[in-house]
Amino acid sequence: MSTIQLTVNGHEETIEVPPMKRLLDVLREDLHLTGAKEGCGEGECGACAVLIDGDLVNACLVPILQAEGTHITTIEGLVINEELHPIQQCFLKEGGAQCGICTPGMILATHHLLERHPQPSLLQIQEGLNGNLCRCTGYMRIFNAVRAAALTGVAE
Amino acid sequence: MRSNITQYDLIAPNSLDAVLQILADSPDHYTPIAGGTELMVALGAGRLQPKKLVSLWNLEELRFIEVTPDAIILGAGTTFTDIRKHPVVADEFSILAQAASWTGSIANQNRGTLGGNIVNASPAADSPPALLAYDAELTLISTRGARTLPYRDFHLAYKETALEPDELLHSVTISRNYKGYKTYIRKVGTRNAQAISKVAIAVLARVNKGHIEDIRIGAASVREYPARLSATEKSLTGKTITAESIAAARATILTEVRPIDDIRSTAKYRAAVAANLLEEFLLSFG
Repeated sequence: MSTIQLTVNGHEETIEVPPMKRLLDVLREDLHLTGAKEGCGEGECGACAVLIDGDLVNACLVPILQAEGTHITTIEGLVINEELHPIQQCFLKEGGAQCGICTPGMILATHHLLERHPQPSLLQIQEGLNGNLCRCTGYMRIFNAVRAAALTGVAE
Repeated sequence: MRSNITQYDLIAPNSLDAVLQILADSPDHYTPIAGGTELMVALGAGRLQPKKLVSLWNLEELRFIEVTPDAIILGAGTTFTDIRKHPVVADEFSILAQAASWTGSIANQNRGTLGGNIVNASPAADSPPALLAYDAELTLISTRGARTLPYRDFHLAYKETALEPDELLHSVTISRNYKGYKTYIRKVGTRNAQAISKVAIAVLARVNKGHIEDIRIGAASVREYPARLSATEKSLTGKTITAESIAAARATILTEVRPIDDIRSTAKYRAAVAANLLEEFLLSFG
């Protein structure tokens, strides 16, 4: 077992876990943050995407020891004063979420994209979200939600 | 079947020297893991064989890009995002930048490393065709010292490389003296993003008025490891690009590639597409 210290959504956490335990399992089982989902478990679908020190990563591919000392943001951490984040509101308004399994990852990928490209082109949106699979929406409503979020100036 | 996570150990020394000492003290006992985009997939699927791993992630001695007047040196721990962001890579090494851009998704590029992509030795890896076309040189290190070898000599057989059990890939060096060379890279997969290649070809050539003075061709998914297509290169070197020389090059590449049938494609398709890609490059001079 390893003692791991990390900051999750602004809270400092200290946990005793096997060092190869996946960050995704630590979030869901040890910290009871079930927003990040397990889809494929092999880094293809993005349902488990979170931010580590601001970088988008698939939490199913990160051994917890490599997250020691980092700051992690999950979908639960985007809420501001109990209000949904503007990106979340745009996904709701534009119908960018249906079954919801891909949505936390989609929203964090959008957050990551808009920080780097505040007014992304369609190509940049497609590339920014290309590691996040959705089997419901056909993506058009998701792209609309990302465009709407960009217009709110959320990242500026 | 999920792995029993308590059976695995991972250590994260805070210096490269400490990692090398561990590998020297017990070669074969520890498996290096960098960004985890390959080994963690095996762990999740319950087929990760090594039980003791040593982390290379974020070791600053391996995560660097150094530019000298003659070369660019990429640390093995450089991520694909690092590569894409680097202005000299973007300006001078367009086919490497292109390959980095289609290596998995953004999340994978934030974790996957150049060194991991090479050492994992997948025949379908995305960066090797470009590295082969640039005739990159590898630096390998251990407590015994450092040695260099051309990347084209690194792969020995399927998933077998020149790396000794106590060695790590330290860095990849690419010459900057390719002024006047024309480059080409194309990956053919099921979809643009996140797909493993059916076949990929990278070419670097110096062509003067239709006359091929120098050409290097790197390929993925056409052999048991990423490989230079030296017979095809030889068939084109010193030739003028004509319908006849293109036909001869097609005939050579079809015999030089040895692709397989698998879930992603067929040997026949892969060979035909490899020839088509080479022809596409050659016709671009017409």
